[in-house]
Amino acid sequence: MSNPRLWLPLLVFAGLAAAPFLGLGQGHSLTLLARGMIFGLAAVSLMLLVGGAGLVSLGHAAMMGMGAYAVVVLDHAGITEAWMVFPAGILAAALFALLTGAIAIRTSGVHFIMITLAFGQMAFFTTSSLAVYGGDDGYTLFSRTEVFGARWLENRLIFHFVCLGLLVACWALVQVLLESRFGRVLRAARENETRARALGFSPTPYRLLAYVIAGAMGGLAGVLLANSAEFVAPAYLAWQRSGDLLFMVILGGLAGPHGALVGALAFVLVEEWLSHAMEHWRLVFGPLLILCVFFLRGGIVGLLRRG
Amino acid sequence: MNTTLLLVQGLNGLQFGVLLFLVAAGLTLVFGVMDFINLAHGVQYMVGAYLGASLAALTGSFWLGLLLALPAALVFGLVLEFLVFRHLYDRDHLSQVLATFGVILFLNEGVKVVFGAAPMQMPVPELLSGGVPLMDGLLYPTYRLAILAAGLATAALLWFLVERTRAGMLVRAGATNAPMVTALGVDIRRLFMLVFGFGAMLAGFAGVMAAPILSVEPGMGDNLLILAFVVIVIGGIGSVRGAFVAALLVGLVETIGRGLMPDLMRLFMDASSARQTGAALASMLVYIVMAAILAFRPAGLFPARA
Amino acid sequence: MAETLLALHSLRKSFGGLLVTDDVTLDVRQGEIHALIGPNGAGKTTLIHQISGTLAPDAGRIRFLGEDITSLSMPARARRGLARSFQITSVIPSFSALENAALAVQARQGSSFRFFRAASREAALNAEAMEALAEVGLDARAGTPAAALSHGERRQLEIAIALAMRPRALLLDEPLAGTGPEEAERLIRLLSGLRARYAVLLVEHDMQAVFALADRISVLAQGRVIATGTPAQIRADAAVRDAYLGEEEAL
Repeated sequence: MSNPRLWLPLLVFAGLAAAPFLGLGQGHSLTLLARGMIFGLAAVSLMLLVGGAGLVSLGHAAMMGMGAYAVVVLDHAGITEAWMVFPAGILAAALFALLTGAIAIRTSGVHFIMITLAFGQMAFFTTSSLAVYGGDDGYTLFSRTEVFGARWLENRLIFHFVCLGLLVACWALVQVLLESRFGRVLRAARENETRARALGFSPTPYRLLAYVIAGAMGGLAGVLLANSAEFVAPAYLAWQRSGDLLFMVILGGLAGPHGALVGALAFVLVEEWLSHAMEHWRLVFGPLLILCVFFLRGGIVGLLRRG
Repeated sequence: MNTTLLLVQGLNGLQFGVLLFLVAAGLTLVFGVMDFINLAHGVQYMVGAYLGASLAALTGSFWLGLLLALPAALVFGLVLEFLVFRHLYDRDHLSQVLATFGVILFLNEGVKVVFGAAPMQMPVPELLSGGVPLMDGLLYPTYRLAILAAGLATAALLWFLVERTRAGMLVRAGATNAPMVTALGVDIRRLFMLVFGFGAMLAGFAGVMAAPILSVEPGMGDNLLILAFVVIVIGGIGSVRGAFVAALLVGLVETIGRGLMPDLMRLFMDASSARQTGAALASMLVYIVMAAILAFRPAGLFPARA
Repeated sequence: MAETLLALHSLRKSFGGLLVTDDVTLDVRQGEIHALIGPNGAGKTTLIHQISGTLAPDAGRIRFLGEDITSLSMPARARRGLARSFQITSVIPSFSALENAALAVQARQGSSFRFFRAASREAALNAEAMEALAEVGLDARAGTPAAALSHGERRQLEIAIALAMRPRALLLDEPLAGTGPEEAERLIRLLSGLRARYAVLLVEHDMQAVFALADRISVLAQGRVIATGTPAQIRADAAVRDAYLGEEEAL
């Protein structure tokens, strides 16, 4: 059991499942945990790109934004049924990932970082221009997504477990993907592209597919985020949000999806705690990020493995 | 849209372009020579604006403010280099992105604490107030022309430094082949510091010059930073010439787009949504240009590394 | 005469003004080891790059198994059965030796869009990979990450990867580079055993190895093939002596 790849996520999932029954049942704590799980889901999907395919995307917030705005568009049209909303959010993000990825994958390294950033900004400005959906000010949902017309997701406890269930599913999916034949090619191309090509693998289709899968999961996280806040704004797509996501992945450590999971939860909790403890909490949070980069090279997971 | 307006937009675009160039030049050199992504370059521009505005207020003179702000920006850049950046040179791009992201969070909040969250103003100097008649019925602000002139002069100076001096030769060589420069017995760390300080000062200079025409506020560097990145990626990373061409291009596309798009959109929709959609499309325009250029030339217009 | 698998016709490539491949025509037949020798800078590696698809020639054709592959990408050539090893060892460092070889098996099977089964537990992949490792004598080190292998072992792994692709032709770029005398001897025995099953194009600096292994030798000097023939013919060739062998006095 020395490998935290499995026991660590299981521990975290067990903790999250138990949380509502351990005195964390009040509204605010559950909202916070839901936020942590939603960003955990987004971070796990980004991990597939960064840690698996070696694609450092600085535009992943746009994927969440696609999912969130799909909820908005449907909500505005009076559609709130989960069997419409969830697939729409996932498909919207996957389609956006497919279109932008087809161009972005042609570049590599720094250029890839920059072009994903550029596409993220394009999405950001597009959403700010959507006057029907509130433009810069954002859009307040009429109601949360319904399941067969029932307003289950309004119940915080149910929503908590929906988030948890989807998080577990996505974590497991990324874990399985990375170990599969597909994931093996992705990892090989990340470590030594020339070798992969000399074996007969052209990395592009593998990377594009990974980009689309990660985008789809990001879209799912966006649908959940919109439901959690019952509000969507262009700020969801801001490039700083993409930076946050990237940091969650690194904070946890690139060893596997479990790192991203732990990193996201730590990030959301520390951010919450600091922002309550002081007004100018970013004065502490900024240097904290820098120190993490300097000293926490293997991420939190690396610490656990050493300890 | 008539010619007069187009001329004004064009001049505004060029003026924005040279400001962008001052920020992008430092960014592309730091990037080209040290292979270092510095997201915090935008806040150095912001810090320059704050230094200029507060020093001008303190001394009561724009010129004293400008004169004092430049060395202050240089020192500030060197302090950042010493505290943060030099520990990141041999790390991967991802670490550099994240650590400098932390610097942004800190400094955006820091200026809020020191100077307050409300925007600061910096007065236009007496000498450059008023306007210059460019043609009948068109009075263009003198200060904006001064920015354009100062920016072009700085670009010329930079060209001279990079193309004609020994330090510039090393910088260019470093951008193409860093190990070779080390092999020549040059202290690469010293060279890095020099380039870094100089880049910070250029960004600071741009900040001071922009201060009288923009509001000086926390986060003002963030959007400019993204545009500066667009510039260096379009221009080809490490290429000062590429940065110059791309900065003017981006400045013009951005400014003229903002002027033209809402009018263009009015052909399709009512006035208020045309304004909003047009503004958004204008904001997207540079990114579309960038994506198009990268799709055909993945290394930019003037790649420094062959 | 055995079937010609790989044939170069009037290949030409220049960098700037420098002609690095000058009208090169040669072929490699089934069941032979064809060695390519020449002084440093003669253009051997550039030629390998053009055959494997990393560099595009300026003029000339490359035919493989009767098909013109001149404009195919490196992955496409690899999929047709053209395997190469690299002068500087090129493996996936974090993968175990077995995984490195299994990746090659997977490449040949052409079905890598499989998402749900752990590749490391696929018996079919592992069995073939193990065979390739055993052939180069690396089976005992199957579980070791490539990064932890010794230099010589990594050279063996490099060849095992090529074999696991079950190619028709092998391009070996200095397989003995940086190996000690014992390792070299083992590799020479291994390479000698390969001749029956593949067409091998061997670039090598170690003259002893070349003359021990090669069925035919082509000598490259300043981008041109100045001689092709059996080891005995090459040894006796005056032009070769002038261009190359004389200065090295290796023989």
